[in-house]
Amino acid sequence: MDAFMETHYMRVMPFLLEGLVYTLIITGVGLFFGFILGAIFGLARLSKSKIIYGIATIYVEVLRGTPILAQILFIYFGLPDVLGFNIDKITASIIAIAVNAGAYIAEIVRGAVYSIDKGQSEAGRSIGLTRGQTMRYIIWPQAFKRMIPPLGNQFVISLKDTSLFSVIAVGELTYMGQQYYGLTFAAFEALTMVCLLYLAITVPASIYLRRVERRLDV
Amino acid sequence: MISVRDLHKSFGDNEVLKGINLDVNPQEVVCVIGPSGSGKSTLLRCLNLLEEVTSGDVLIEGQNLTDPKVNINEIRTKVGMVFQHFNLFPHMTVLENITLGPKKIKGTSKQEAEKEAQPLLEKVGLSDKANVYPESLSGGQKQRVAIARSLAMNPKIMLFDEPTSALDPELVGDVLEVMKDLAKEGMTMVVVTHEMGFAREVGDRVIFMDEGIIMEENTPEKIFGAPDNPRTREFLSKVL
Repeated sequence: MDAFMETHYMRVMPFLLEGLVYTLIITGVGLFFGFILGAIFGLARLSKSKIIYGIATIYVEVLRGTPILAQILFIYFGLPDVLGFNIDKITASIIAIAVNAGAYIAEIVRGAVYSIDKGQSEAGRSIGLTRGQTMRYIIWPQAFKRMIPPLGNQFVISLKDTSLFSVIAVGELTYMGQQYYGLTFAAFEALTMVCLLYLAITVPASIYLRRVERRLDV
Repeated sequence: MISVRDLHKSFGDNEVLKGINLDVNPQEVVCVIGPSGSGKSTLLRCLNLLEEVTSGDVLIEGQNLTDPKVNINEIRTKVGMVFQHFNLFPHMTVLENITLGPKKIKGTSKQEAEKEAQPLLEKVGLSDKANVYPESLSGGQKQRVAIARSLAMNPKIMLFDEPTSALDPELVGDVLEVMKDLAKEGMTMVVVTHEMGFAREVGDRVIFMDEGIIMEENTPEKIFGAPDNPRTREFLSKVL
């Protein structure tokens, strides 16, 4: 047992757990803002106004049509040139997840809201609710239920995307693994543990999601 | 109470209403009959502006709905509507469905709104269903909840858009009973329906529509007894 504790599999763990914390923070905070962006742009994609629809469509197409790796480089190295100040690595990572996931979530929101029967909003409007009240009390609560499975899926995708931020040396899970084998040459052991830690988050998340999906099905 | 003047409505190139003139007096029950695609539902939906009007005027208690300054949300509180497919809010209980309008629009407190909902539930015979969700109700029960939901806003006019068309035959009666009671109480009603028995018994006036115009308009006795228009005769001979 002691011998096992002394292997690279175990000795890498303190580093990786520290990295996992950053991975989870970036994913969590990023998706929080990503959901806000997604809700705004998703509803904008349903707008009758051509301008609002156009802006939202451009946002979605640009962010979905470019790789997230290019996006993080753009935010971390590109933007400061124009802004005149630097963005720290964690903030840049959170922004990247937020704007990238925001585009995908916008499509999730649009689809879910669009899927609610038109009769629902007609019933709301016919009793005298405003457009905003109808959205808030009638459409959104029903649409949100339908968003849960695809949002869970987006969580898994965004969690894995954070590994790309190792290119700007954010101390997330993959980067910490790289650092460890850079010093010890124990790449197999370090990367095995890196993958196991991702799975420790994503597998339970998938199982939980499937359960939620089944419950929403009825 | 309702006054429609030269109402036209088009969906793209398709003109569905071709110049409708109609007046509905207070406490009157007007039944609109006619074949599918005749524009009768569209006419009804123009009366609370669920459909935008292409041209012409719709006046509710003297207020012209086509006037851009008019507050349509306020007018809609006075004009209840019941839909063919009920359109109950599935994420809310029966009681919540009924009290949503009073709470959010009139600012009535939750307790007050729920107290006011009790006589409405009694009226539609569903006092025991206050706390269930719509999915556990039969079609007829759903439609009666939908009627109670509209009544909760104390409307002066009720619009019914084929309220029994989606119901199993044995459930139609209960809904029609509730509507008859409303008519007796003096509610102003416009009812688009395929229930000729209801139109004959409860309607003060029957309107026969076809191809976007009012073909004939008369008392039920006259329409069902001796219609003037050959199209009316042809239609009635098919449905009766």
